[in-house]
Amino acid sequence: MGFFLDAITSGILMGLIFSLIALGLTIIFGVMNIVNFAHGEFLMVGMYIAYWCNVLIGLDPLFGLPFSIAAGILLGLASYYLLVRYLLRGPMIAQLFGTFGLMLFIRYLALFIWGPNFRTVSHGLLMGKSMLLGNVVVLDLSKVVPAIVSIIAFFIVSYVINNTKVGKALQATALDAEAASYMGIYADRMNALAWAIGGGTVGLAGGLMVNFWYITPEVGLLFVMIAFATVALGGFGSIKGAFYAGVIIGVIETLVGVKAPSFKFTIVYAAYFIIVVFRPQGLFGWKE
Amino acid sequence: MLKLEKVEIAYGIVPVVQGISFHVEDGELISIVGANGAGKTTIMKAIAGRLHLRKGSINFRGKDITKLSSPDIVRMGITYVPENRRLFTPLSVEENLEIGAYIINDKKEIEKNLEFVYGLFPRLKERRKQRAGTLSGGEQQMLAIGRGLMANPKLLMLDEPSQGLMPILVTELLNAVKKLKELGMTILLVEQNVQEALEIADRGYVLQTGQIITEGNGKELLDSDIVKKAFLGM
Ligand SMILES: Nc1ncnc2c1ncn2[C@@H]1O[C@H](COP(=O)(O)OP(=O)(O)OP(=O)(O)O)[C@@H](O)[C@H]1O
Ligand SMILES: [Mg+2]
Repeated sequence: MGFFLDAITSGILMGLIFSLIALGLTIIFGVMNIVNFAHGEFLMVGMYIAYWCNVLIGLDPLFGLPFSIAAGILLGLASYYLLVRYLLRGPMIAQLFGTFGLMLFIRYLALFIWGPNFRTVSHGLLMGKSMLLGNVVVLDLSKVVPAIVSIIAFFIVSYVINNTKVGKALQATALDAEAASYMGIYADRMNALAWAIGGGTVGLAGGLMVNFWYITPEVGLLFVMIAFATVALGGFGSIKGAFYAGVIIGVIETLVGVKAPSFKFTIVYAAYFIIVVFRPQGLFGWKE
Repeated sequence: MLKLEKVEIAYGIVPVVQGISFHVEDGELISIVGANGAGKTTIMKAIAGRLHLRKGSINFRGKDITKLSSPDIVRMGITYVPENRRLFTPLSVEENLEIGAYIINDKKEIEKNLEFVYGLFPRLKERRKQRAGTLSGGEQQMLAIGRGLMANPKLLMLDEPSQGLMPILVTELLNAVKKLKELGMTILLVEQNVQEALEIADRGYVLQTGQIITEGNGKELLDSDIVKKAFLGM
């Protein structure tokens, strides 16, 4: 029983990281109808930034977070202004190949610069510490704190999007960019904002993950696959959906992973396929 | 106030608007009428900065606005209320109106415009927390117009506001348009409801396959043979 509870709680904690990774993907998709295949690479860069902050200037991964966020924002903005903006003029397929190309470009650039080695941050405030929940469940602080930060990030992003003028303009662009332009909203700026939020949140996720995960140039692949399932399950463009779907997938993944580790992503996607048969728009379809 | 000169617009190589000129003066209500596919929406979108002209120019209050983008056109003082309403359906009535006031930074002014719109369409006020997508067709059209008014336009362009409404609602809606005009708003109205649109207009233009075939004041046009034959089935 304790074993089962352990799996559930660590699933929820990991799931909240999946949610945070999916957040930016769903926002970019929601605003622009573009799938950012390079999203996992943004995550990878966020992780390397945290790693180097730690190795070079001895910054604890927690204090490296602002740097990972900043790197993610810059990467998002650069991707938008230097590449994606031009892809918009082409057909849908060009946009797919474009961000796919960006994924390979960043990944192999990282491989070239940093090499294929697996790296880990070995010392940190959160590492090796745990807390006991109700004397049954052991919680690993290096996962609890990232999960809490993820929840805070969701609160902030949702608040901005639902309650501020610029957030409403972003929603308007997502819903109908042409109509929004008749209200005076520049689609170009809103797109850039979506990429900035997308990059910043996934950079944050990367900075958090170095507390418990290894770092390589290839690390993004695994997580972006999960993020795709999360976005699709939650409903394309839905922030609330990304949140809950990430947690659901985290729980499925750990529960299955305990018994059959090599099988867990098959189950994650199988679960997604089953749900999508009944709700093609995902759990929380946002646009109608 | 607004002046189009020899405007030509094409989609690809297909010419749709073929050298039209017309003008709207301060305080006027101008109707452009024409059948499906005549090019009415094309002209509106060109003024609104959505489409490029192949030839010709558009001038607004002494400035050449031919090459401005849609967001800049709104800032010049022209709002376009698009065909099919194009509301932000999952958002509430009030949120739609707030987004309409996007270019205005002064909170008091936004508040004032909101009161004005609610005064004009009290039904919107009753339903201000309701999702726009769940409004009736008539209410949606009121919201679309209200959203356009939120930006404080000097010129309001309405693209078939009566579309999809039953006759009694058409009259009600066009009465609201007329009332707006009486309050001093300059309005460019595009309609397929020829009779009603020309009745409330100061002047009108009749569009056929991308050309203006006749123009004149509203009553004259209604009595003219061209309009009677082509649109009123007489
Ligand atoms: N994006 C487009 N690409 C190609 N042709 C177009 C496009 N939009 C409109 N057209 C064509 O241009 C012509 C004029 O269309 P427009 O929408 O301006 O007509 P309209 O007068 O507004 O008609 P309606 O009363 O049906 O709204 C039509 O023949 C239409 O098929
Ligand atoms: Mg039209």
